[in-house]
Amino acid sequence: MQLFRNIVFTAALVGLLAGLAMTAIQQFGTQPLIVKAEVVEQANAEKAAQPHDHAAAGQHDHAALTAQEQAAAAKADHHHDVDEWAPADGAERFIWTAIANVVAGVGFALLLVAASELKGGLTSWREGLLWGLAGFAVFTLAPSIGLPPEAPGVEGAALLDRQIWWVGTAVATAAGLALIAFARSPWAALAAVALIAAPHVIGAPKPPAPPAIPHDLEHGFVVAVIVTGFLFWAILGALAGFLRPRFADA
Amino acid sequence: MSNLTAARTETAAALQARALPIVSAFLLGVFVVAAAGFVSIPAVHNAAHDQRHAIGFPCH
Repeated sequence: MQLFRNIVFTAALVGLLAGLAMTAIQQFGTQPLIVKAEVVEQANAEKAAQPHDHAAAGQHDHAALTAQEQAAAAKADHHHDVDEWAPADGAERFIWTAIANVVAGVGFALLLVAASELKGGLTSWREGLLWGLAGFAVFTLAPSIGLPPEAPGVEGAALLDRQIWWVGTAVATAAGLALIAFARSPWAALAAVALIAAPHVIGAPKPPAPPAIPHDLEHGFVVAVIVTGFLFWAILGALAGFLRPRFADA
Repeated sequence: MSNLTAARTETAAALQARALPIVSAFLLGVFVVAAAGFVSIPAVHNAAHDQRHAIGFPCH
Protein backbone atom coordinates (compact mmCIF):
# COMPACT_ATOMS: atom_id res chain seq x y z
CA MET A 1 0.00 0.00 0.00
CA GLN A 2 3.04 2.21 0.59
CA LEU A 3 3.75 2.36 -3.14
CA PHE A 4 0.13 3.14 -4.04
CA ARG A 5 0.10 5.97 -1.50
CA ASN A 6 3.39 7.37 -2.83
CA ILE A 7 2.13 7.34 -6.42
CA VAL A 8 -1.16 9.01 -5.49
CA PHE A 9 0.49 11.70 -3.31
CA THR A 10 3.12 12.48 -5.94
CA ALA A 11 0.50 12.60 -8.71
CA ALA A 12 -1.87 14.77 -6.66
CA LEU A 13 0.80 17.38 -5.98
CA VAL A 14 2.19 17.26 -9.52
CA GLY A 15 -1.31 17.44 -11.04
CA LEU A 16 -2.28 20.38 -8.84
CA LEU A 17 0.80 22.40 -9.78
CA ALA A 18 0.77 21.46 -13.48
CA GLY A 19 -2.98 22.13 -13.69
CA LEU A 20 -2.59 25.58 -12.16
CA ALA A 21 0.36 26.36 -14.43
CA MET A 22 -1.71 25.31 -17.44
CA THR A 23 -4.59 27.53 -16.28
CA ALA A 24 -2.20 30.48 -16.28
CA ILE A 25 -0.79 29.62 -19.72
CA GLN A 26 -4.30 29.20 -21.16
CA GLN A 27 -5.17 32.76 -20.24
CA PHE A 28 -2.66 33.95 -22.83
CA GLY A 29 -3.06 31.14 -25.34
CA THR A 30 -6.34 29.32 -25.80
CA GLN A 31 -8.82 31.25 -23.65
CA PRO A 32 -8.98 34.49 -25.70
CA LEU A 33 -9.46 32.36 -28.83
CA ILE A 34 -12.27 30.31 -27.21
CA VAL A 35 -14.08 33.54 -26.33
CA LYS A 36 -13.54 34.94 -29.83
CA ALA A 37 -14.73 31.72 -31.47
CA GLU A 38 -17.83 31.68 -29.27
CA VAL A 39 -18.78 35.15 -30.46
CA VAL A 40 -18.63 33.90 -34.05
CA GLU A 41 -20.48 30.71 -33.09
CA GLN A 42 -23.21 32.72 -31.39
CA ALA A 43 -23.55 35.05 -34.40
CA ASN A 44 -23.84 32.05 -36.74
CA ALA A 45 -26.50 30.48 -34.53
CA GLU A 46 -28.52 33.70 -34.41
CA LYS A 47 -28.30 34.08 -38.17
CA ALA A 48 -29.54 30.52 -38.56
CA ALA A 49 -32.41 31.07 -36.13
CA GLN A 50 -33.84 33.98 -38.14
CA PRO A 51 -36.91 33.01 -40.21
CA HIS A 52 -36.11 32.64 -43.90
CA ASP A 53 -38.18 34.05 -46.69
CA HIS A 54 -38.80 30.90 -48.63
CA ALA A 55 -40.39 32.67 -51.57
CA ALA A 56 -37.25 34.72 -52.07
CA ALA A 57 -35.14 31.62 -51.67
CA GLY A 58 -37.14 29.92 -54.38
CA GLN A 59 -34.46 30.30 -57.01
CA HIS A 60 -31.97 28.40 -54.82
CA ASP A 61 -31.75 24.66 -54.53
CA HIS A 62 -34.41 24.11 -51.89
CA ALA A 63 -33.12 20.75 -50.68
CA ALA A 64 -29.66 22.17 -50.05
CA LEU A 65 -31.12 25.12 -48.20
CA THR A 66 -33.16 22.86 -45.93
CA ALA A 67 -30.16 20.71 -45.13
CA GLN A 68 -28.20 23.83 -44.31
CA GLU A 69 -30.98 25.06 -42.05
CA GLN A 70 -31.13 21.75 -40.25
CA ALA A 71 -27.41 21.74 -39.67
CA ALA A 72 -27.53 25.30 -38.38
CA ALA A 73 -30.48 24.55 -36.12
CA ALA A 74 -28.75 21.45 -34.75
CA LYS A 75 -25.71 23.55 -34.05
CA ALA A 76 -27.75 26.27 -32.40
CA ASP A 77 -29.23 23.93 -29.79
CA HIS A 78 -26.38 21.48 -29.33
CA HIS A 79 -25.14 23.30 -26.30
CA HIS A 80 -25.87 26.37 -24.19
CA ASP A 81 -29.22 24.78 -23.40
CA VAL A 82 -31.15 27.02 -21.04
CA ASP A 83 -32.20 24.18 -18.71
CA GLU A 84 -28.66 22.94 -18.13
CA TRP A 85 -26.44 24.36 -15.46
CA ALA A 86 -23.36 26.09 -16.83
CA PRO A 87 -20.88 28.29 -15.01
CA ALA A 88 -21.58 32.01 -15.41
CA ASP A 89 -19.05 33.95 -17.48
CA GLY A 90 -16.25 35.55 -15.51
CA ALA A 91 -14.90 34.27 -12.21
CA GLU A 92 -17.17 31.22 -11.98
CA ARG A 93 -16.23 29.98 -15.44
CA PHE A 94 -12.54 30.60 -14.74
CA ILE A 95 -12.67 28.68 -11.46
CA TRP A 96 -14.39 25.66 -13.02
CA THR A 97 -11.85 25.63 -15.82
CA ALA A 98 -9.03 25.74 -13.25
CA ILE A 99 -10.64 22.86 -11.31
CA ALA A 100 -11.08 20.83 -14.51
CA ASN A 101 -7.45 21.52 -15.43
CA VAL A 102 -6.28 20.31 -12.02
CA VAL A 103 -8.45 17.17 -12.26
CA ALA A 104 -7.06 16.42 -15.73
CA GLY A 105 -3.55 17.17 -14.43
CA VAL A 106 -3.92 14.73 -11.52
CA GLY A 107 -5.29 12.07 -13.89
CA PHE A 108 -2.45 12.45 -16.37
CA ALA A 109 0.10 12.57 -13.52
CA LEU A 110 -1.30 9.30 -12.13
CA LEU A 111 -0.84 7.68 -15.55
CA LEU A 112 2.71 9.02 -15.94
CA VAL A 113 3.92 8.25 -12.42
CA ALA A 114 2.32 4.79 -12.34
CA ALA A 115 3.74 3.86 -15.76
CA SER A 116 7.22 5.06 -14.78
CA GLU A 117 7.07 2.98 -11.56
CA LEU A 118 6.93 -0.13 -13.77
CA LYS A 119 10.44 0.84 -14.88
CA GLY A 120 11.62 1.38 -11.31
CA GLY A 121 10.43 4.93 -10.76
CA LEU A 122 11.66 8.38 -11.79
CA THR A 123 14.99 9.41 -10.31
CA SER A 124 15.45 12.98 -11.58
CA TRP A 125 13.61 15.91 -13.10
CA ARG A 126 15.42 15.25 -16.39
CA GLU A 127 14.15 11.68 -16.56
CA GLY A 128 10.68 12.99 -15.70
CA LEU A 129 10.93 15.54 -18.48
CA LEU A 130 11.56 12.76 -21.01
CA TRP A 131 8.46 10.90 -19.74
CA GLY A 132 6.55 14.19 -20.00
CA LEU A 133 7.59 14.55 -23.64
CA ALA A 134 6.28 11.03 -24.24
CA GLY A 135 3.01 12.08 -22.59
CA PHE A 136 2.86 15.09 -24.93
CA ALA A 137 3.36 12.82 -27.95
CA VAL A 138 0.73 10.36 -26.72
CA PHE A 139 -2.04 12.67 -25.49
CA THR A 140 -1.56 15.90 -27.47
CA LEU A 141 0.43 15.37 -30.64
CA ALA A 142 -0.84 12.03 -31.92
CA PRO A 143 -4.59 12.68 -31.42
CA SER A 144 -4.21 16.21 -32.86
CA ILE A 145 -2.91 14.87 -36.18
CA GLY A 146 -6.25 13.30 -37.06
CA LEU A 147 -8.50 15.37 -34.80
CA PRO A 148 -7.13 18.93 -34.67
CA PRO A 149 -8.26 20.58 -31.43
CA GLU A 150 -11.63 22.19 -32.10
CA ALA A 151 -12.42 25.76 -31.16
CA PRO A 152 -16.10 26.31 -30.30
CA GLY A 153 -18.04 26.51 -33.57
CA VAL A 154 -15.89 23.92 -35.32
CA GLU A 155 -18.21 21.01 -35.95
CA GLY A 156 -16.73 17.51 -35.63
CA ALA A 157 -17.93 14.02 -36.50
CA ALA A 158 -20.13 12.10 -34.02
CA LEU A 159 -18.69 12.61 -30.52
CA LEU A 160 -18.44 8.92 -29.60
CA ASP A 161 -16.58 8.07 -32.83
CA ARG A 162 -14.08 10.84 -32.14
CA GLN A 163 -13.63 9.76 -28.50
CA ILE A 164 -12.99 6.16 -29.57
CA TRP A 165 -10.44 7.24 -32.18
CA TRP A 166 -8.78 9.64 -29.70
CA VAL A 167 -8.40 6.95 -27.02
CA GLY A 168 -7.31 4.31 -29.55
CA THR A 169 -4.66 6.64 -30.97
CA ALA A 170 -3.32 7.48 -27.50
CA VAL A 171 -3.14 3.80 -26.52
CA ALA A 172 -1.45 2.76 -29.79
CA THR A 173 1.07 5.62 -29.58
CA ALA A 174 1.87 4.84 -25.92
CA ALA A 175 2.38 1.15 -26.71
CA GLY A 176 4.56 2.04 -29.70
CA LEU A 177 6.76 4.45 -27.73
CA ALA A 178 7.12 1.89 -24.90
CA LEU A 179 8.26 -0.75 -27.39
CA ILE A 180 10.80 1.64 -28.91
CA ALA A 181 12.15 2.69 -25.52
CA PHE A 182 12.21 -0.63 -23.68
CA ALA A 183 12.23 -3.55 -26.12
CA ARG A 184 15.51 -4.59 -27.71
CA SER A 185 14.52 -6.59 -30.78
CA PRO A 186 14.33 -4.92 -34.21
CA TRP A 187 10.97 -6.65 -34.72
CA ALA A 188 9.64 -4.81 -31.70
CA ALA A 189 10.77 -1.51 -33.23
CA LEU A 190 9.03 -2.45 -36.47
CA ALA A 191 5.84 -3.31 -34.59
CA ALA A 192 6.15 0.00 -32.72
CA VAL A 193 6.33 2.02 -35.93
CA ALA A 194 3.31 0.15 -37.30
CA LEU A 195 1.37 0.75 -34.08
CA ILE A 196 2.07 4.48 -34.10
CA ALA A 197 1.16 4.84 -37.79
CA ALA A 198 -1.93 2.58 -37.71
CA PRO A 199 -4.54 5.04 -36.35
CA HIS A 200 -3.60 7.56 -39.04
CA VAL A 201 -3.74 4.94 -41.79
CA ILE A 202 -7.20 3.95 -40.54
CA GLY A 203 -8.05 7.66 -40.38
CA ALA A 204 -9.94 9.79 -37.88
CA PRO A 205 -13.71 10.32 -38.17
CA LYS A 206 -14.29 13.16 -40.62
CA PRO A 207 -16.24 16.33 -39.79
CA PRO A 208 -19.54 16.72 -41.69
CA ALA A 209 -18.91 20.35 -42.67
CA PRO A 210 -15.99 22.78 -42.96
CA PRO A 211 -15.37 24.94 -39.86
CA ALA A 212 -17.89 27.74 -39.38
CA ILE A 213 -15.26 30.12 -37.98
CA PRO A 214 -12.52 32.04 -39.84
CA HIS A 215 -9.51 29.96 -40.86
CA ASP A 216 -7.04 32.16 -38.94
CA LEU A 217 -8.96 31.63 -35.74
CA GLU A 218 -9.30 27.88 -36.29
CA HIS A 219 -5.60 27.46 -37.08
CA GLY A 220 -4.48 29.76 -34.28
CA PHE A 221 -6.47 27.66 -31.84
CA VAL A 222 -4.84 24.41 -32.99
CA VAL A 223 -1.38 25.93 -32.51
CA ALA A 224 -2.30 27.38 -29.10
CA VAL A 225 -3.62 24.02 -27.82
CA ILE A 226 -0.57 22.08 -28.98
CA VAL A 227 1.94 24.57 -27.54
CA THR A 228 -0.03 24.76 -24.26
CA GLY A 229 -0.05 20.95 -24.18
CA PHE A 230 3.70 20.88 -24.71
CA LEU A 231 4.34 23.26 -21.79
CA PHE A 232 1.84 21.39 -19.59
CA TRP A 233 3.50 18.01 -20.20
CA ALA A 234 7.02 19.40 -19.81
CA ILE A 235 6.05 20.91 -16.42
CA LEU A 236 4.14 17.79 -15.36
CA GLY A 237 6.96 15.41 -16.26
CA ALA A 238 9.79 17.48 -14.77
CA LEU A 239 7.82 18.04 -11.54
CA ALA A 240 7.03 14.32 -11.26
CA GLY A 241 10.71 13.48 -11.71
CA PHE A 242 11.71 16.10 -9.16
CA LEU A 243 9.13 15.14 -6.51
CA ARG A 244 8.98 11.36 -6.80
CA PRO A 245 12.35 10.60 -5.12
CA ARG A 246 11.32 12.85 -2.21
CA PHE A 247 8.10 10.90 -1.68
CA ALA A 248 9.80 7.53 -2.12
CA ASP A 249 12.25 8.32 0.72
CA ALA A 250 9.55 9.46 3.10
CA MET B 1 23.26 -21.49 -9.59
CA SER B 2 20.76 -21.86 -6.80
CA ASN B 3 21.65 -18.34 -5.72
CA LEU B 4 20.77 -17.05 -9.15
CA THR B 5 17.45 -18.89 -9.10
CA ALA B 6 16.71 -17.53 -5.66
CA ALA B 7 17.55 -14.02 -6.81
CA ARG B 8 15.28 -14.41 -9.80
CA THR B 9 12.40 -15.67 -7.70
CA GLU B 10 12.90 -12.77 -5.36
CA THR B 11 12.87 -10.24 -8.21
CA ALA B 12 9.74 -11.81 -9.66
CA ALA B 13 8.06 -11.73 -6.27
CA ALA B 14 9.07 -8.11 -5.74
CA LEU B 15 7.74 -7.17 -9.16
CA GLN B 16 4.48 -8.94 -8.42
CA ALA B 17 4.15 -7.11 -5.13
CA ARG B 18 4.71 -3.82 -6.99
CA ALA B 19 2.34 -4.65 -9.83
CA LEU B 20 -0.90 -4.40 -7.87
CA PRO B 21 -0.41 -0.88 -6.45
CA ILE B 22 0.98 0.35 -9.78
CA VAL B 23 -1.91 -1.03 -11.80
CA SER B 24 -4.41 0.30 -9.23
CA ALA B 25 -2.90 3.79 -9.42
CA PHE B 26 -2.89 3.62 -13.23
CA LEU B 27 -6.57 2.62 -13.33
CA LEU B 28 -7.39 5.45 -10.93
CA GLY B 29 -5.66 7.75 -13.43
CA VAL B 30 -7.75 6.39 -16.30
CA PHE B 31 -10.87 7.03 -14.22
CA VAL B 32 -9.86 10.61 -13.37
CA VAL B 33 -8.92 11.48 -16.98
CA ALA B 34 -12.24 10.01 -18.17
CA ALA B 35 -14.11 12.20 -15.68
CA ALA B 36 -12.24 15.34 -16.78
CA GLY B 37 -12.34 14.72 -20.52
CA PHE B 38 -14.98 12.22 -21.59
CA VAL B 39 -18.06 12.12 -19.33
CA SER B 40 -20.95 13.68 -21.26
CA ILE B 41 -23.28 14.52 -18.33
CA PRO B 42 -24.30 18.10 -19.26
CA ALA B 43 -23.26 19.72 -15.95
CA VAL B 44 -19.83 18.03 -16.07
CA HIS B 45 -19.46 18.95 -19.73
CA ASN B 46 -20.31 22.60 -19.10
CA ALA B 47 -18.03 22.88 -16.07
CA ALA B 48 -15.12 21.31 -17.96
CA HIS B 49 -16.02 22.92 -21.31
CA ASP B 50 -13.09 25.32 -21.71
CA GLN B 51 -10.63 22.80 -20.32
CA ARG B 52 -11.80 20.15 -22.81
CA HIS B 53 -11.40 22.52 -25.75
CA ALA B 54 -8.06 23.78 -24.45
CA ILE B 55 -6.57 20.31 -23.94
CA GLY B 56 -7.92 19.03 -27.23
CA PHE B 57 -10.33 16.42 -25.89
CA PRO B 58 -13.14 15.72 -28.33
CA CYS B 59 -15.93 18.07 -27.17
CA HIS B 60 -19.66 18.33 -28.10
